[in-house]
Amino acid sequence: MSPLSRREFVAAGVAAGAGLVIGFYLPHGSASQKESFSPNAYLRIAPDNKITIVVARSEMGQGVRTALPMILAEELEADWKQIEIEQAGASTLFGDQTTGGSASIRTTWDPMRKAGAAAREMLISAAALTWGVPRSSCTAESSHIKHAASGRSLSYGELVSKAATLPIPTDVPLKQSKDYKIVGQRLPRVDSPAKVKGEAVFGIDFRLPGMKFAVLSRCPVIGGKASSFDDKESKKISGVSYVGKIGDSAVAVVADSVWGAMEGRRVLNVTWDEGPNRDLNTAAVMASLKQAASKKGASLFSAGDAAKASGRHISAEYTLPFMAHAPMEPGNCTAHYQGTKCELWAPTQVPQDCRDSVATAIGLDPDQVKVNVTLMGGGFGRRLEHDYAVEAALVSKAINAPVKVIWTREDDMRFSTYRPASLHQLSATLDGAGFPAALNHRIIAPSISGQKGQPTPGNVDPDLPDEAGPVYGLPNYAIEYVMAETPVPLGWMRSVYALQAAFALESFIDELAVAAGKDPLQYRLHLLEKDQDLQYFTTTWKTARMRGVLQLAAEKSGWDKPLPAGLFRGVACFGCFASYMAEVVEITMENNQPRVHRVVTVVDCGQVINPSILEQQIQGGIVYGLANALRAKITIEKGRVVQGNFDDYAPLRMEETPNVEVYAVPSAEAPTGIGEPSVPPIAPALCNAIYAATKKRIRALPILSS
Amino acid sequence: MADITLRVNGSEKKVSVSPETPLLWVLRDTLELTGTKFGCGAGLCGACTVHVDGAPIRSCSTPVSQVAGKSVTTIEGLGANGLHVLQQAWIAEEVPQCGYCQTGQIMSAAALLAKTPSPTDEQITQAINGNLCRCGTYERIRKAIHRAAGNGGSR
Repeated sequence: MSPLSRREFVAAGVAAGAGLVIGFYLPHGSASQKESFSPNAYLRIAPDNKITIVVARSEMGQGVRTALPMILAEELEADWKQIEIEQAGASTLFGDQTTGGSASIRTTWDPMRKAGAAAREMLISAAALTWGVPRSSCTAESSHIKHAASGRSLSYGELVSKAATLPIPTDVPLKQSKDYKIVGQRLPRVDSPAKVKGEAVFGIDFRLPGMKFAVLSRCPVIGGKASSFDDKESKKISGVSYVGKIGDSAVAVVADSVWGAMEGRRVLNVTWDEGPNRDLNTAAVMASLKQAASKKGASLFSAGDAAKASGRHISAEYTLPFMAHAPMEPGNCTAHYQGTKCELWAPTQVPQDCRDSVATAIGLDPDQVKVNVTLMGGGFGRRLEHDYAVEAALVSKAINAPVKVIWTREDDMRFSTYRPASLHQLSATLDGAGFPAALNHRIIAPSISGQKGQPTPGNVDPDLPDEAGPVYGLPNYAIEYVMAETPVPLGWMRSVYALQAAFALESFIDELAVAAGKDPLQYRLHLLEKDQDLQYFTTTWKTARMRGVLQLAAEKSGWDKPLPAGLFRGVACFGCFASYMAEVVEITMENNQPRVHRVVTVVDCGQVINPSILEQQIQGGIVYGLANALRAKITIEKGRVVQGNFDDYAPLRMEETPNVEVYAVPSAEAPTGIGEPSVPPIAPALCNAIYAATKKRIRALPILSS
Repeated sequence: MADITLRVNGSEKKVSVSPETPLLWVLRDTLELTGTKFGCGAGLCGACTVHVDGAPIRSCSTPVSQVAGKSVTTIEGLGANGLHVLQQAWIAEEVPQCGYCQTGQIMSAAALLAKTPSPTDEQITQAINGNLCRCGTYERIRKAIHRAAGNGGSR
C-alpha cells in the first residue's frame, strides 16, 4: 500500500469491521522462539508460563500497551500478572499499524479477541488430548486448563509443546461481555512505574554508541528553500563535526552533543530563497476560505430537501484558526544508516510510513529499513507525519554514522503540520414551534489528505466520514464540504475536523434554542426524541444513543437545578469516531474571561476496556480541548509561523483546569473511539455557557483572541 | 571548555563542557541521566525540573557553571531507598499518560512537600502551575500529591 493512503485505509478498516489481521499467522515456533507456542503474531507462550503479547500500535499516552493486551488476555483466560508486553516495530504481520483516528481499540478488538480465543481453544484441545478426556470437560482459567471431574490442572506453559502441534481453529467462540474478568476492569497501566522513575525510554532518550546529535535549520518561510550557507562560525563551536544541506530546504548541524548542535545552528548563516509564500499572512488565508465558500460543495449528508422548508430563517458563520499539536516531547528520531540497511528508533504513530518514506529518501528497499517504535511524549497526530524520520536517515547517510535529530520547541511550533483553518456557514428554517424544519451546514476547509496528494474521492476529505456526521434527526438536513486550498502545511490534530464541525454546529443549535426561547438542553433532547438511524458514510448514528448521553449529562450535571448566582452553564453533544459524547460546562466570568469550574462528560463508546484509561482520555481531551478553545491559534506573517513556544502558544495549566467528571453509558456494543471524542464538544459547550453568562455569542475561536 | 564539579544524586561528578551549557544537557548527554526531559528550552514548561540544593529549578535555562559545587537531585536520585512516596502515589493514582512531563511534575511536587508537608489545593496549584502537561493529567497530579501528603488522595 502506498504510505500516502494509510490513514484512509485505517478508516476503511474500521468500516469493514477490521478483520485485517487474524489471517497473518506465524509458522509455529519461529527459529528464535522454538520452545514457545505462537499461534499468531500477537502472542507467544513460553514453557515457563511467560505470556508475551505484542502490541502493534504505538503508545503515546493513550494506554494501548495496557488496553490492547487486556483484550487478548481476556479471551485467552490468562493470568494478567504473567503478561509481558512487546512493542512491535514496522512489520508486515499486523496489517496497517497506524495509531490514529481513535482506532486502536476499534481495529484490534476483533483480531485481538480472536487471537486470544484461538490460543485458548488450542490449549484446551492440548489438555484434553493429554488427559484423554472430552474437550467439553475442560475449562480455561487463569493461565491453566482444568479438568474439574478429576481435579487435574495443567499450566499453559506445560501445554505449549502439544498445543503447537495442533491445527489453528478458524472459527472460535468469543466470550460474552457478562463473563469478562479483565476487560472492563480498572487494571493499572503497565507503563506507569517506568514513567514515574524516569526509566521510560522515549525517542529522545534512546542512545547508540558513538551516536551524534543534529539540529536542522529549516527555511522559515513556508515552501522556501536553502540557497547557500556559511558554516564558518558553526565550525568554531566545540564538538560540531558536520554542517550540510538536507533536502532542499534545510541545513543540518551535527555535533557530539545536543547543546553543541544547537549552538552550531545558532551561529549558522543560511541564505534562504523564500519562494512564493513570502507575503502570505493569516488574513489572506481566511479571505481565501471566504472566497472558496462560493463554490458548490460536495454533499456529506442529505435528508429531505432544505429548500422546501418555510418559516423563520436564521444563519451564522463560524471560523476556526490553524492550531498546532505541541506534544511535550519535541520531534526527534535516531537513525543508523549502514550502506545496505538503515535502522531507526522513532517515536512515531506511523512506523510503516517511516519505513517506506525513509527507504525512498535514502534509496533503499523498504525491507532494508528497520523501524523500532519508542515511547512517545504525546502524539496528538503530529507523529502521523514522518518528516523527523526522513531527516534522521538523511543526516545519518550524510555523515555515515548513527545520529539523533532533535527538534527544539520552536522547530516543533514553526514547522508543524497544522489543524486546518476553517469557515462554517450554517442556516436554518425554524418551524412554528421554533425547531429547525431545515438545517444546512457548509464546511469550508482545506483538505489535509488532499494537500498531501492522497485520494479525496468525490472531493471529500477522507477524514470527514469519521468526524463530521449528523447529530440530530431533522426532516431536512444537509451537510456539505467545500474543499479550499492553502499553502500552510496541514496535519491531523486530535479530533481533526470534528472539533471544527462541532464548534459550528453546536454553537448554532444553541443560537436556535435562544431564538426559540427554549432551554438548550431540552431543545436538543426534543431534536433527538425520535429513534432514528442516520446513515453517514459507513457509520450509522443512532439518535437514541445520542439522547442517552445527553440525558445522563443532564442528570449528572443537575441541569434542572438552578445554579448559585454567578455560575453559568453550557451544553453540547457530538458524535465522532463512532462514539457519542455530551458535555456540560459550568463557568463564572472573571474580568470578562470565563473560568471553567466543572465539566460533566458522558460518553457512549460501547464496551469500555479499562475505565481508568477511559477517564484519563476524557479528562485529557477536555484539558486539550479547553486550550484549543481558549487560546490555540497559529498565525502566519510574511509566510512565517509567528508562534514559537509555550508563551505565545500557551497550553492549559493546572490553575485553569476544571474538575472533570466522567461517566460512560454501560454498553456491550463493540467498542468505539475514545482518544478524540471528548475534544469537540468542549469549545461549543464553553461558548454556550459564555452566552448564558454574557449574551455574547462567540463565532470565532479562540475565545481569548487578542 | 571547563572542568566543573557538581554533586549529582549524592555522588561527585566532574564534567568537561563549555560553562554555559545548560545543566539539562549535561545531565542528559554527559551523565546519561535521561529522566530529566527537554520540553521548551526556555523555562516555560517545567519538564526539565531538578533540585539544586533542594530547590526546584529549570535545568534547561540554568548554565552548568551556576551549579558548580552544588548538589543536584534528579528523578533518578529522588527515591534514595526505593520509590519516593510521590512516585508511589503517582502509580496509585495512575497519573501518567504519555509520561513525558511526569518526572518534572514529581520533582516540583517533591520540592513542595519538602517545605509544605500537607499542602492545600492552592499551594499545590502554585507549585505545579509552571509544569505543563499536554495529556491533561492535572487532576490526578493533585490527587497524587494529596495522597503522598497523607491526605488520603482527596482534597
